[in-house]
Amino acid sequence: MNDFLVLIQEMLDNLGIDFRLEIVVEYFPFFLKGAALTVGVSLAGIFIGMVLGLFIGLGKMIKFWPLRLPFIWYINFFRGTPLLVQLFLIHFAVMNLILEQPNTIASLVVTLSLNSAAYVAEIFRAGIKSLDKGQAEAAHSLGMNKFQVMRYVVLPQAFKRMIPPLGNEFIVLLKDSSLGAIIAAPELLYWGRAAVGQHYRVWEPYLTVAFIYLILTLSLTYLLNYIERRLDTE
Amino acid sequence: MISVKNLRKSFGSLEVLKDISLEVQAQEVVVVIGPSGSGKSTLLRCMNLIESITDGHVYIEDVDITDKKTDINEVRTEVGMVFQQFNLFPHKTVLENITLPMLVVRKWNKRDAIPKAKALLKKVGLEEKADAFPDSLSGGQKQRVAIARALGMEPKVMLFDEPTSALDPEMVGEVLEVMKQLATEGMTMVVVTHEMGFAREVGDRVIFMDEGIVVEEDKPEEIFGNPKHERTKAFLSKVL
Repeated sequence: MNDFLVLIQEMLDNLGIDFRLEIVVEYFPFFLKGAALTVGVSLAGIFIGMVLGLFIGLGKMIKFWPLRLPFIWYINFFRGTPLLVQLFLIHFAVMNLILEQPNTIASLVVTLSLNSAAYVAEIFRAGIKSLDKGQAEAAHSLGMNKFQVMRYVVLPQAFKRMIPPLGNEFIVLLKDSSLGAIIAAPELLYWGRAAVGQHYRVWEPYLTVAFIYLILTLSLTYLLNYIERRLDTE
Repeated sequence: MISVKNLRKSFGSLEVLKDISLEVQAQEVVVVIGPSGSGKSTLLRCMNLIESITDGHVYIEDVDITDKKTDINEVRTEVGMVFQQFNLFPHKTVLENITLPMLVVRKWNKRDAIPKAKALLKKVGLEEKADAFPDSLSGGQKQRVAIARALGMEPKVMLFDEPTSALDPEMVGEVLEVMKQLATEGMTMVVVTHEMGFAREVGDRVIFMDEGIVVEEDKPEEIFGNPKHERTKAFLSKVL
């Protein structure tokens, strides 16, 4: 520990606060590593979720109901069951079936992607439905086919409206990725639990982990607000 | 040019068009008038299948658009439509609004599309607004851009669905002026409107609709000067 931290430790001791900074310092590199993985799996989750979610959202808008049904039930399942249950199912059951040696990070990414796809699908659908019907009618009246209407008129406008809710979904996903600790995916909370296990101390690791999550989510919130303002002025 | 035969349209159990038949000749300006809810907008929207048809047939230049084998997108390029709410694409500039369908539907290249679009903007008196976004335009300007966009497809017929109903009174004139000019150039037009002055002055024929049927159709002088039906008389006495 450097002099500055020693000074703070002394202050804490004098105040009668039982907080051992050396645990935080010792585990700090691991927390950073874990935070990087947390951001990584969340980014992977939201991107895969967006691609899947677009198709599921479009699928849910199919007029012929037997074709629509699988998409509706995909969304029902992933929004209606706990994420932890989904994670267990995918890691211990599904991935176990596919891979000889299930990888915890892969399981976490797959679960987050599938789960966020369900939420993103609803965001897409809401974004498309919120557009005035006249937009598609005008595009059709000019001779555009369904694909062209989507590609050139509906989606560009809908995407802009989807950015704020997609950002919120990303923040939720980032926090939910902490469930990965339970299947020992080495993300941020996993290293917090490791520190607790080694030192039999709970305050130092968990407070630090909470603090790092807060920094991540708050930075994202500010970034999103900035993007929203930029879009408004356009 | 347009031939409607025994057209019926229902929304659920509500029948809004009851066995409508009518003809529109090439270069003719037909004005459809009638009270709200009479089905006149629905009739217009059936002519390019923006509204699905429950029963009957609509022919555009002898092509049955209700036939499943007809490529409706192909037909729609020949039938321009102007909406009450303008429906400009807000994420595109004025010029891009006009060139978009030229590029993606007609597959023209930009070198051809841009001068065409600019010429159309000049025609509707908005050449200086080419790079503006629709949000910065007045209602009348938006509607003129919408007319230019529809004309960009070089349609044979133009359908106008209450084109001035959403406009402030002082902007109605500039839109009607553009429409009058189109009529003089020989464009075939079907116009649903509440502008009786326009109907009288520009219309070759006026159709009065009420409760889903064509009550009366005749030359404007006859409809306005000598209406035959009680319902026509009652309607005209309210609006004139």
